[in-house]
Amino acid sequence: MNDVSYEAAFDDGVTADAPDTDAYAGAYDTTEGRVYTVTGGDWDTVLAAADGEKERVVVNMGPQHPSTHGVLRLILEMQGETITEARCAIGYLHTGIEKNLEYRTWTQGVAYVTRMDYLAPIANEAAYCLGVEKLLGIVDDVPPRAQLMRIITLELNRISSHLVALATGGMEMGALTAMTNGFRDRELVLDMLEMITGLRMNHAYIRPGGVAQDMPEGGVEKIRAVLKQLPAQLDGVPTMLVDNGIWKDRTSGIGYLDLAGCMALGITGPVLRSAGLPHDLRKSQPYFGYEKFEFDVPTTDTCDVYGRFLVRLEEINQSMRILDQALDMLEPGPVMVADKKIAWPAQLSIGGDGQGNSLEHIRHIMGESMEALIHHFKLVTEGFHVPAGQVYAAIEAPRGEVGVHIVSDGGTRPYRVHFRDPSFNNLQATAAMCEGGQVADVVGAIASIDPVLGGVDR
Amino acid sequence: MTDTPEAVGGAVDVVPAGAPTLPVIDVRSGMFGSSGSGDTSGYGGLVRTVEMPAPTARPFGGWFDEVADEMDLALQDDGLSLDAAVEAVVVDRGEVTFHVRAEHLLAFVRRLRDESALRFEICTGVSGAHYPHQTGRELHAVWHFLSITHNRRVRVEVSAPESHPHVPSIVSVYPADDWHERETFDMFGIVFDDHPGLTRILMPDDWVGFPQRKDYPLGGIPVEYKGATIPPPDERRSYSS
Amino acid sequence: MGIEEALPEGIILTTVEKAAGLARSHSMWPATFGLACCSIEMMSTGAGRFDLARFGMEVFRPSPRQADLMIVAGRLSQKMAPVLRQIYDQMPEPKWVLAMGVCASSGGMFNNYAIVQGVDHIVPVDIYLPGCPPRPEMLIDAILKLHAQVQETKLGAHRQKEITALEEAALVAEPTSAMKGLLR
Repeated sequence: MNDVSYEAAFDDGVTADAPDTDAYAGAYDTTEGRVYTVTGGDWDTVLAAADGEKERVVVNMGPQHPSTHGVLRLILEMQGETITEARCAIGYLHTGIEKNLEYRTWTQGVAYVTRMDYLAPIANEAAYCLGVEKLLGIVDDVPPRAQLMRIITLELNRISSHLVALATGGMEMGALTAMTNGFRDRELVLDMLEMITGLRMNHAYIRPGGVAQDMPEGGVEKIRAVLKQLPAQLDGVPTMLVDNGIWKDRTSGIGYLDLAGCMALGITGPVLRSAGLPHDLRKSQPYFGYEKFEFDVPTTDTCDVYGRFLVRLEEINQSMRILDQALDMLEPGPVMVADKKIAWPAQLSIGGDGQGNSLEHIRHIMGESMEALIHHFKLVTEGFHVPAGQVYAAIEAPRGEVGVHIVSDGGTRPYRVHFRDPSFNNLQATAAMCEGGQVADVVGAIASIDPVLGGVDR
Repeated sequence: MTDTPEAVGGAVDVVPAGAPTLPVIDVRSGMFGSSGSGDTSGYGGLVRTVEMPAPTARPFGGWFDEVADEMDLALQDDGLSLDAAVEAVVVDRGEVTFHVRAEHLLAFVRRLRDESALRFEICTGVSGAHYPHQTGRELHAVWHFLSITHNRRVRVEVSAPESHPHVPSIVSVYPADDWHERETFDMFGIVFDDHPGLTRILMPDDWVGFPQRKDYPLGGIPVEYKGATIPPPDERRSYSS
Repeated sequence: MGIEEALPEGIILTTVEKAAGLARSHSMWPATFGLACCSIEMMSTGAGRFDLARFGMEVFRPSPRQADLMIVAGRLSQKMAPVLRQIYDQMPEPKWVLAMGVCASSGGMFNNYAIVQGVDHIVPVDIYLPGCPPRPEMLIDAILKLHAQVQETKLGAHRQKEITALEEAALVAEPTSAMKGLLR
């Protein structure tokens, strides 16, 4: 065997004199003084070494940690149990989606964009497609059935996203049954999304011009059955947690961010609504036909974690109300825009060998219409052209306002797409919410912001 | 020769004098956007420019005029005027964009936030864009503002050259812009002056380069399948124009 | 290491292998390494409908010191890669890695500057699970296949023989790039 020796590429501090030094921890000098990294077990040696120097304890939470919000790193400077400084370090899930979009066609972008905020994928797709349609100028040409399907899937997504927020928030604060109940109820909603879109998550369903597929046969009845079943089942979480003394003690008065703070930090979503302002883009700047629906915008005025918990619970009820009305409004019709130069050409169906284009569509493009074949080919491989310009489209996602700034250079690929994700913005409130509080309340405050690191880092 | 416009009925002004020129962001040659390998389309000699929508002349239409007038009035208290602070106003697809000069940006956004007729309380963030063809104005920083009181949105765009990519930071007026400016610095290299802590936020701290600039490669690797290798997305043959 | 290294090949070693395999595969505790969308499906797998508790695996250990299986669920960015390696190093042997989803297996749809093209660049992977995201049933299938693999793990002298045989097979195997004609 070869005897290979490697030059030490970095100084991990392990020497013959100090063989027990941890490769991941050590001491080094900075402008602020000597910094000791402690990974457990060596606390006494560090204390002895740092004797006499002014002590500042900085605790690092994450990026891998039991909290389920993703790879968020919290850097907390503590004085005993009290937080004196709280900072977030993000970027551990940066995927370069925005740059990737510049190398894909407009419709392919939907598959990328849906994976940003992965708990509300339909919301991402909806914002992106609203932007593309604004650039194309076809916002009013999207058929009404497609708009209703968008609203149905958006509200189903809102319910499932809020259920995860409540479930994980409860679990992180110790109410483990909230997690099991929340995920159990979420499965019902995911079944509905799977029935409509084909996938439980990251459905590339909303496409520029409409939606990918129509509601399947019997779908409306199935959704109505779930809507009947859900309130009774969802009652488990409220009965358990609302007006529960322990839960109220744990969540009242913590994570406080009043209206002035929300405005300064540009916070939108349930956090803003817990400060008393009924701002909801579905009401103020409606899209997809939301102005035809009757629903309330729930608010509380306690500005704390308990208030946001109540707001999310009530938003689930309002979403079910919207779903009821949307199912009543459904009329038969197309689900893609009529303009054949933009409309996604595929007509998918389940055949003997799995999912593929339906036989009528194949017969049409192969036997009947050369133009249809050319359109199908060009639209799938090259994509449609979008006139040059820039646009900003925003919708109300479960976490707040998700805005997308799209620049087109007239081609088949976006020139620049930037997503203004609500979690990215709202996480800036961590410092305001946590500093001065106890370290145990940090978890609750972050849970109430409900960040999804996929959207934060993109 | 006998059917030129002058000969038929007098000179015809096809383009009226004083019309604004369209901002050109790229010049492309050939058809289908193919480059490198032999262009077999037959359109190899084709040269086209890609232009963004032109600046709009007054009146802008709708409430855009009201916002522009209020801004003009407000800026006069700062000793400026709309024309001094703003290079161009573009009204396109139902949205208004103010191309503001970098040195007057802070005054502009302060008025956006504080004037009661404007009241754009929420800054939804800054987005960067890189237009390598526009020498002297390659890097753009684009802010969007939302007014909850008046229920409207505006866009503010500032350009900076790649040689001196400095734009004032508006964190002192809109603290919400903190992380957004850090991200735009990380991705585009636009340095926001007077930002409280301008460091990389998405990439590792010691990363070199600004990933979302147009001259930064996508960075993918070729993928090997059984018997074939597919190059990464930015090196494949593409037919996008 | 232990008794299994000292035993000669034979019936005793196979019995020890069976017992060790049984013990290891029937109470494999996963470490929480949920990164992105796949982590949500992983949480759903641990929840009520697709119960992981029936395999003794519902206790997702936050501390890697107490975990056996690291399910890398989601896309691994360049910034997160050192953290992944650190967590993997902190896990005591025996440990296994399940790359859940296409992003963890190969970089997935994100073939760009920010994503590590497969966590096997950073940690050795025992089982790859494709899907974007893989359904909870697919994750359970992968876990059961891993359990079967762990059950059959050879120890001591048997393992040495197996390694030699695998190496000899790999030396004569056809490289992937030479398997022409299969890409449809």
